[in-house]
Amino acid sequence: MTRPSGAALGRPPARLLAPALLGAAFLALPLVALLVRTPWSDFVDELTSPEVLEAMRLSLETSLAALVLVVAMGIPLAWTLARVDFPGRSLVRALVIVPLVLPPVVGGVALLSAFGRRGLVGAPLEQAFGISLPFTTAAVVVAHTFVSLPFFVLSVEGALRATDREYDVVAATLGASRWTTFRTVSLPLAGPGLLAGLVLAWARALGEFGATITFAGNYPGTTRTMPNAIYVALQADPQAALVLSVILMLVSVAVLALLRERWFDVALQGAVRT
Amino acid sequence: MNPRTRPLLSTLAVLAALVLAGCGGSSGATGSSGASGSASRGTLTVLGASSLTGTFTQLAQDFEADHPGVKVKLAFDSSATLAEQVTQGAPADVLATADEDTMKTVSDAGDTARTPTVFATNHLQLVVPKDNPAKITKFSDLDAKGVKFVVCVDTAPCGKLAAKVLAASSITAKPVSEEVDVKAVLSKVSAGEADAGIVYATDAVAGGDTVKPIDIPAAGQNLNSYPIAALKGSKKARLAQQFVDLVTSSKGQKVLADAGFGNR
Repeated sequence: MTRPSGAALGRPPARLLAPALLGAAFLALPLVALLVRTPWSDFVDELTSPEVLEAMRLSLETSLAALVLVVAMGIPLAWTLARVDFPGRSLVRALVIVPLVLPPVVGGVALLSAFGRRGLVGAPLEQAFGISLPFTTAAVVVAHTFVSLPFFVLSVEGALRATDREYDVVAATLGASRWTTFRTVSLPLAGPGLLAGLVLAWARALGEFGATITFAGNYPGTTRTMPNAIYVALQADPQAALVLSVILMLVSVAVLALLRERWFDVALQGAVRT
Repeated sequence: MNPRTRPLLSTLAVLAALVLAGCGGSSGATGSSGASGSASRGTLTVLGASSLTGTFTQLAQDFEADHPGVKVKLAFDSSATLAEQVTQGAPADVLATADEDTMKTVSDAGDTARTPTVFATNHLQLVVPKDNPAKITKFSDLDAKGVKFVVCVDTAPCGKLAAKVLAASSITAKPVSEEVDVKAVLSKVSAGEADAGIVYATDAVAGGDTVKPIDIPAAGQNLNSYPIAALKGSKKARLAQQFVDLVTSSKGQKVLADAGFGNR
């Protein structure tokens, strides 16, 4: 594909540029304001305080653990939705998207109903094995997985659908089993979408607040992630909350920057090609 | 899809990712005092600590009945969140907090119309779920092995007070969670997720038969006081002061006493 040069198309129309500028400013302004209001003299002290390091460590660990679950369940789920015709597929697809639009606190309540001590699954689990999820780090991972899995599935399913099914057919006629085709043809072709899905899912998990505090609780070292710590700091010391917010923002931006811009751009194009 | 629209979509997706990273829920007052005509009509916005939910809802109805044409808009949250909203300029007419320290941050910022008045006191109680899974009968049972109890986070007044009574009762066990406000503690207990929780006596009353209250020996020496003040930013100063007067009147005090509050 070759892109037409800008000159051939004429000047971009002001009726598009003006609202575009407004939109970009609207999104950027609160972030800039956050940076302006941050007491930078406290920055290093806050960054190296044990509470912040603990919350940061917990956030990274739980969001990455969630990412493992997201990939383990998300790729097979996305593949099934994209490649297998079965009755009720659109219903399953709708169910997968629901956590995406659910207010996070409602997600937390739903998780309690399922995995709480008196939940559908949680109650038998506690009676049989004495396992109780709420107030544990595992519950944080569950909450993160619940909210971030839909982003990943949507992204990967879109990428799988965008790649031509003919490739699968060709691989099959050459004698490849469906598993081999999945592993060596479909998955590599969906790579960029997979990457985009990973980034979206991780970002969502790192910022997760409502479902975590509702389902997992809030205690330093076990369930107090960065967003929880920011909320707590806001109650006592808004200045510290500003610093924590900036730290979380910088970490997110650093990771996005690490995935080099071009690479990321390509990945996202793959994801939205449906 | 036209290939030329892809860069726009990818940009949108990047922005979506960035916004999502900062996405989090926080309940808050979205109240506005609204456009007002005369001083005795319109909407009065009252911000109250979450432990005042029941009593202020009733008092607001009484106030509306006494002031035809006036609508009282209530917002309940943790005292610290409300105080932060007021000092950041959220439009509100009256503020009532669950402790004097939090109110002080507002009056020190010059945001109260007059010196805040203490209108009630509250003390802590232990609550356990109706079926009491951990078989707790007294406050010191919190130290028993495997008991999961929850408290308010120590930045909230109920959490500060809980830390005091726990220390005064020589309890060394740690809570499994520090909830952001007292209603969250109550709901964790009434839902049976926690074996016990430390809440205000008024919340134990509000919990009805979903929870059982247990007295805390040291609670009597650790009361907290609820101050109320009309706010400087109010465009309905007279109405705001009238609401404060209702809360401190004998009628208001009776509503509060019925809900388990101590009188000032």
